[in-house]
Amino acid sequence: MTRALINVPSRARRGEIIAIKTLISHVMETGFRYTTAGERISRDIIHGFVATYNGEEIFRAELFPALSANPFITFHTVATESGTIEFRWTGDNGYAATESAKITVE
Amino acid sequence: MLRTTFLAAAVAIAAPALSAEIPHDQRQSSYELMSPDTRAMQDEDTSNPGMLWVLEGEALWKRETGEANRSCADCHGDATQSMKGVAARHPAFDEKRREPVDLEGRINICRTEQQKAPASARESRDILALSAFIARQSRGMPIESSDERLRPFIEKGRSLFTARQGQLNLTCAQCHDDNWGQKLAGIPVPQAHPTGYPLYRLEWQALGSLQRRLRNCMIGMRAEAYVYGAPEYIALETFVKWRARGMPMESPAVRP
Repeated sequence: MTRALINVPSRARRGEIIAIKTLISHVMETGFRYTTAGERISRDIIHGFVATYNGEEIFRAELFPALSANPFITFHTVATESGTIEFRWTGDNGYAATESAKITVE
Repeated sequence: MLRTTFLAAAVAIAAPALSAEIPHDQRQSSYELMSPDTRAMQDEDTSNPGMLWVLEGEALWKRETGEANRSCADCHGDATQSMKGVAARHPAFDEKRREPVDLEGRINICRTEQQKAPASARESRDILALSAFIARQSRGMPIESSDERLRPFIEKGRSLFTARQGQLNLTCAQCHDDNWGQKLAGIPVPQAHPTGYPLYRLEWQALGSLQRRLRNCMIGMRAEAYVYGAPEYIALETFVKWRARGMPMESPAVRP
């Protein structure tokens, strides 16, 4: 079950620098661990994160096995126009999750 | 004279074992010991990873399950109303069982008796999610432990809390009553008030129950941990909840 928490201000002034925070539920299994039976636990991580603002890419990150479970990604952008900010996480085993948030710029 | 000295010495040796309860005005949540970064993480719902479990618990609350095909909401309705303060008063005395049950135990009683579903394993994702969602409804409310029927279990918990155990031959009270505020391996020793359970530990990278935390401490003392759900854990939970009575709930808290 994918669960994500998004924090985007619902209103902002034009030109204002806004903070965006995202938190997603994921095990981020490194692929370096073994079970007590000695079997390797295969890697299962989120390896890509992209944020788009009204379709335009504003932030991209590549993630690697050193990251903790439930990755928290925060970044800043400039509030240019009202619309939708979309977030997409992609990972191993065909993992994909999307979330979006509306922002009103005045 | 000699006898008096001997007695005085005996009292001095016995004294640490009779650890005094922390005066109420000196009690503090371990939140006070955290860095500003970790506090900020707990304070904001969108950065508190414990809220991921709360969201999941909210979905489980509404989902029908078991042979009875009933959801929690079918009986209890709106959790924001019906579950207010419930986590703050658990472990609570169960009339039928004549003993206290903790929140996870209570959820499983509902599952087996009302929903006719198999009990969830302790520390499984589902039970943590539900307990996080229920405990969230008590945030800010004072921990309650006023039921007189809990008294014998509080005393049992106290005796476990003050009993030496493990290869290190320590008691819980030696750290948490006598030496809180000091450092253990560079980390402040907390007072061990269970204000935020179930909580997200950065070390675990997951949410865990108070029993998981008690287990951690026991392993640290190189004692043999009890099986999850054991009466000893329930007694310890009942005691530490009583010890923290009146302190506000923070669930789901974040701890380093």
